[in-house]
Amino acid sequence: MSDTRVTPAGPDMPEESYAYSEKRTRELTKGQVRRARILGVVMLVLAAAVVLLLIPGTTGVATFDLSLSDEQVQLAPLAIPSTGALYILAMVLAFLGATQFFRGFQGKATIILGISFGVFVIAVMIWATAGEQFNLTSMLVSTVARSTPIALGALSGILCERAGVVNIGIEGMLLGGAFTGVVFGSLIGGWVGLLAATIVGGILALLLAVLAINFRVDQIIIGVVINLLILSLTSFLTAQLLVEKPEWNDAPIFPAIKIPILGDIPILGPVLFDQTIMVYAMYVLIGLTTWFLFRTRWGLRTRAVGENPRAADSLGVSVYKTRYLAVIYGGMVGGFAGAWFTLGTVGRFDEGMTGGRGFIGLAAMIFGAWNPIGAFAAALIFGFSDSLQQKLAIIETPIPGEFLAMAPYLVTIIVVAGLVGRVRPPAADGQPYEKQ
Amino acid sequence: MELELRGITKRFPGVVANDDISLTARSGKVLALIGENGAGKSTLMNILSGLYTADSGEIIIDGVVQHFKDPGDAIAAGIGMVHQHFMLVPVFTVAENVVLGVEPTVLGTVLNQKKARTEVRDISRKYGLAVDPDALVETLPVGIQQRVEIIKVLLRGAQILVFDEPTAVLTPQEVEEFFGIVRELQGRGATIIFITHKLKEALAIADDIVVLRGGKVVGTANPATATPEQLASMMVGRDISLTVDKSASAPGARVLELDGVTMVDDYGRPLLDAITMHVDAGEIVGIAGIQGNGQTELVEAITGLLQLAEGAIRFQGADITRTTPRERHEMGIAHVPEDRNHVGMVGTFTVAENLILDSYYGQPYSKGIRLRPEAIDTSARTLVEEFDVRPPIIENTGSALSGGNAQKMIVAREFSRDVPLVVCAQPTRGIDVGSIEYIHEQIVRKRDEGKAILIVSTELDEIFALSDRILVMFDGRIVAERRPSDTTPAEIGLFMAGRQA
Repeated sequence: MSDTRVTPAGPDMPEESYAYSEKRTRELTKGQVRRARILGVVMLVLAAAVVLLLIPGTTGVATFDLSLSDEQVQLAPLAIPSTGALYILAMVLAFLGATQFFRGFQGKATIILGISFGVFVIAVMIWATAGEQFNLTSMLVSTVARSTPIALGALSGILCERAGVVNIGIEGMLLGGAFTGVVFGSLIGGWVGLLAATIVGGILALLLAVLAINFRVDQIIIGVVINLLILSLTSFLTAQLLVEKPEWNDAPIFPAIKIPILGDIPILGPVLFDQTIMVYAMYVLIGLTTWFLFRTRWGLRTRAVGENPRAADSLGVSVYKTRYLAVIYGGMVGGFAGAWFTLGTVGRFDEGMTGGRGFIGLAAMIFGAWNPIGAFAAALIFGFSDSLQQKLAIIETPIPGEFLAMAPYLVTIIVVAGLVGRVRPPAADGQPYEKQ
Repeated sequence: MELELRGITKRFPGVVANDDISLTARSGKVLALIGENGAGKSTLMNILSGLYTADSGEIIIDGVVQHFKDPGDAIAAGIGMVHQHFMLVPVFTVAENVVLGVEPTVLGTVLNQKKARTEVRDISRKYGLAVDPDALVETLPVGIQQRVEIIKVLLRGAQILVFDEPTAVLTPQEVEEFFGIVRELQGRGATIIFITHKLKEALAIADDIVVLRGGKVVGTANPATATPEQLASMMVGRDISLTVDKSASAPGARVLELDGVTMVDDYGRPLLDAITMHVDAGEIVGIAGIQGNGQTELVEAITGLLQLAEGAIRFQGADITRTTPRERHEMGIAHVPEDRNHVGMVGTFTVAENLILDSYYGQPYSKGIRLRPEAIDTSARTLVEEFDVRPPIIENTGSALSGGNAQKMIVAREFSRDVPLVVCAQPTRGIDVGSIEYIHEQIVRKRDEGKAILIVSTELDEIFALSDRILVMFDGRIVAERRPSDTTPAEIGLFMAGRQA
């Protein structure tokens, strides 16, 4: 508000007569100093954790395989002497923490904190792999796969919220999509299952749209209701239907399709370009939606009704129509994402199998500042923690499996509470528009 | 284009907002539509712009009867609205705001940003409305934002431009610039309708004046001969004094002292920047400034609603920097908040309950954990009588009162206490002339009783009418201090726009 900067006038514009105050350089306030100190302490605690918890008893070489067994070009495995590496990483963390504590990285502090967490995660991986073998590429392949429903869930939320409708029913849309996908996939075929899942997502979004836009019901409540409704409905149908008729719960799984040439690049190839059709669809949807939102007429109007619906209305843009379109599109993306859980992985439905991925998608949406690309990057972080916990569970680390399973949710809390800078949601997010 | 309204009537549940309104706006002329809040001006404009539909009556443009179903129809008919609260998307650029709804596209889908910029530049140049098409609207001062609104309606081919309270948020210099723009538009044959409650401005710019009261047209006036007093009397329906009678001030002991008061927002940017000031007993200090330059924060710092980052506040010599709002209230700071409806009262509470919001917990209104309705009602009846709250029904809810009477109720609560300091933020914003007159009298009376008064107002006329000393705020700082007798509104206006003293 007070941050009025001089707006450069166009080349042929006369100078403005307004006197702007120059931006004053100020000393840090007490609050800022305290925050800087806290971040520094967090980093130092990470360093201490490496030294006290990870280093004792860790010996041997951690071997990270970089190629999958079926690849033509095989890269040599990365062999890291664990103790030495851990000491180095601990020193890096200690250095960053001390610098932050005493000098402060100011604007870059959040990024440095993110890097510190990354360093710590690497330390944990080395510690867990010491004396064993761990296939890094395989874990990254599963990172991308596991981030797919999260990224698409986030995209679903972005579409709704950019238009001003809060959608916390993503979880329900995912679950509904997963269930519908498996039933139609089993009975007719994978593609039909995908289509049916998408339609079910759209129908749930229509429910959200009608209640939120026309009836102006509290959008949080609608979302909760959608989640609860779908959770109990799918549980009921599973018990009544799928248990009786197991052939309804046995869908074909989409195979990974290797893209020629790109798929042969070491590491990147299998990670990004040897995935299922749903992962490719996610790339396309992320890219396309970004383009739609920021480069097209539809996108401009969608963002306008999410920021200032009255302004849009006064210019003849139909707020209701624009919101309906965005919400239904968002719901379809959500339903499609749900099909990943069944058609993209195991081919069968289990009660509550989405396990809160819809909510993690919401976190990714916020972390990505309501931008599809940002949300995708955030989804990768969550997908990484998800897949890391799976792989670590397999190589039998001393960490109990229950704790490992908590990793994606812990990461969500850390990211949302600690790393998210102050991002600004669309101004009219969650506000029903009342036409006079 | 000539615009004629014939017998426009619009009813809302319980009120007739527009009652058989007929008027004509002549081509190439400025019609000023004046009236108090609640006189029906905004309803009429919303009908004109297609946001509302009239229950009966006709809108006629150049002899053709119009039927507006939505704002799009009104725009197509050549009517352009510049709303009081700008209809802009702050996070969009100027060009994006201007073309929204009529976006130039490639293949009907992809935005043509370049063409959008060119369209803005063309209109900018043609009408002398300098603005950078790529600037983010939220970074622009209000005066420039208003230009964006004007460009918006011009791009849509508007020939009848309706301005709803266009000068409410402008500095005196910006008002001058705005009048220049109006004359430019007028010179190009546009029909201008100018809605205002500022009588001097109506007299300065209008060719015709129509006065509304209670939803009806109560008269017309010729700006060449009419006086502000006449117009005010027509608006209110009785004689009105527009000046505040007050004697010279006799400042006494120091009551309030701020020393280097600093406050920062969530991003660490200063909201208040080392404010040092004081208010003495028996004087009215007026804070002038454009809204959003730290006045709200200053008031909330003094009343204890916001915590300081740095600095100290002293009240009658005692350091109150770390005290709570209630402690300050009990020490003797009265507060008339700027947001009447959300901070000043509880809309769903009765008038009686609203009158004890600050003192319900003590004698005589409660005893132990029990409220004493008799005491509450007795005191409420006295206050409602004394402060002329109409209707004087203490069982009414707060939100049932008109703006002016709600404000009188709040003033009654705050002024009825015998306290050394009264802080009034926007004491008369958006209320009727009669109530303004009354509240101004009360403020001056308090001063004459030897109380220290701090007034925050964005209305420069009010600042000049009341203040014994004027402080100007800009960007979280006090940039100037003047006595009203030693300065002019024009000079204060420059300080409000950021010029350094």
